[in-house]
Amino acid sequence: MIDREEPRIGAFLRVTRAEARAQAEAADRRLASGNGSAGPLTGIPVAIKDVLSVRGVETTAGSQILRGYRPPFDATAIARLRDAGAVFLGMTNCDEFAMGSSTENSGYFPTRNPRDTSRVPGGSSGGSAAAVAAGEAVYSLGTDTGGSIRQPAALCGVVGMKPTYGRVSRYGLIAFASSLDQIGPFTTSVRDAGLVLQAMSGLDPLDATSADRPVDLLSGLELGVEGLRLGVPREYFQVEGMEAGVKAAVDRAILQLERAGAELVEVSLPHTDYGLAAYYIIAPAECSSNLARFDGVKYGARDEDAQTLLDTYLRTRRRGFGTEVRRRVMLGTYALSAGYFDAYYLKAQKVRTLIAQDFAGAFEHCDAIVSATTPTVAFPIGAKVDDPVAMYLNDVLTLGGNLAGVPGISLPCGTSDGLPVGLQILGPQWGDAVVLRVARAYEVARDA
Amino acid sequence: MLARLGLEPGEEDFYVDQLGAILAHIDRLGEVDTAAIPPTAQVVPLVNRMRDDEPRPGLTQEQALGNAPEARDGFFVVRAIQESEE
Repeated sequence: MIDREEPRIGAFLRVTRAEARAQAEAADRRLASGNGSAGPLTGIPVAIKDVLSVRGVETTAGSQILRGYRPPFDATAIARLRDAGAVFLGMTNCDEFAMGSSTENSGYFPTRNPRDTSRVPGGSSGGSAAAVAAGEAVYSLGTDTGGSIRQPAALCGVVGMKPTYGRVSRYGLIAFASSLDQIGPFTTSVRDAGLVLQAMSGLDPLDATSADRPVDLLSGLELGVEGLRLGVPREYFQVEGMEAGVKAAVDRAILQLERAGAELVEVSLPHTDYGLAAYYIIAPAECSSNLARFDGVKYGARDEDAQTLLDTYLRTRRRGFGTEVRRRVMLGTYALSAGYFDAYYLKAQKVRTLIAQDFAGAFEHCDAIVSATTPTVAFPIGAKVDDPVAMYLNDVLTLGGNLAGVPGISLPCGTSDGLPVGLQILGPQWGDAVVLRVARAYEVARDA
Repeated sequence: MLARLGLEPGEEDFYVDQLGAILAHIDRLGEVDTAAIPPTAQVVPLVNRMRDDEPRPGLTQEQALGNAPEARDGFFVVRAIQESEE
């Protein structure tokens, strides 16, 4: 399947054929042993976004600066799937260091949307979304800092979930913005998303922000939406660039949920218009700090012509980082610098408080929030590369969830102009199970 | 310079234009009254998590140096920190 689809899609940066075969044979033995060591993920092939450390497998965050880097350890999410008997197919393409919404910022090549190969798959986890949409992997892992799982899931017509911040350990994730990043799955069904998340979640001593909380994501999955209140945030239906076809598909989905027994309530997220601006201070500020470690000394590609250490830094980073990464590092260093800190970074952190309060207030009136995942369907390759603000507006409905740390899922809810539309369901912090429950109820109503 | 990005001549104008557009959007934050609002660095309630100070297995020196572009005698090798006088 990978051999057939890859020339058309380009979802993978590296396919680890020999390792996958050995893991599949080990899984076969485990399944055949009948000793109870096999689980639902044993032998199931998974594709991994190129930002998650897989022991011994080249992992580059889609960047030239990490070319040749082979992590000597597994990320915790990877280790947990490995223990469950996963078969790792390889590393998927993404925007460099997960910065982007189209996978066009990859330091290698762009990925194409399996539903229409003239269009982007979304991003930054575009390779992982495309791999599942094209049937190249049963499931895949992505990361979501401002929408990088939910947005490509919407544009490729698959399920993608970002859990509550702290649900999945970030140990071994090549960091972009540490207070926003979360790891999550792409699947073709809501149940599968819950299964994968269940396997990855839970306290990890190696990530001090991982939560010591019970993880029960599946037992309430089939309870339906009867008796649940679903919040419809009016601001999310009035954002800049919302396409009529997307709005119509989402309105239909919300009516189906109402018919399935949910009570709809109007809620307000009054600071929605400021989310993007706050995000584009906080995320670049954190990234400029996280990416300081790529200096051509400890790992990755070094410029060999440099004569001095400073020259090594400058030449290695000039050659290794692409345009979007450089843009964000500049923006972040600027926002953190003396004289601008209060006006930008501190201000953005205060607006973040207001956005988190918006969500907390809304969840006093409802159990989950429903909206579109993105204002538009998948756009043509090249359409937004020269206009960063237009590109950033892709994430206007998803990044609030990251700023507030709440869980969210995107699942397919019909089409507009023949292209997939995503329904986003957001829950309160630690409400991952209710998000999955509402998503499952919609899936049942949709497929009835 | 702070970011150590090594801009090429001519790149500055390109980034000035693009960053200008982004900052123009960001300026809308000035409309929000945040006088009485505390900042949020991270959103999930957390407290410091301590562990016992005991040795535990980590990477070997060989593993830690395994990805370095240049290593010698158990150290990372870097270029000269100061330029030579000649």
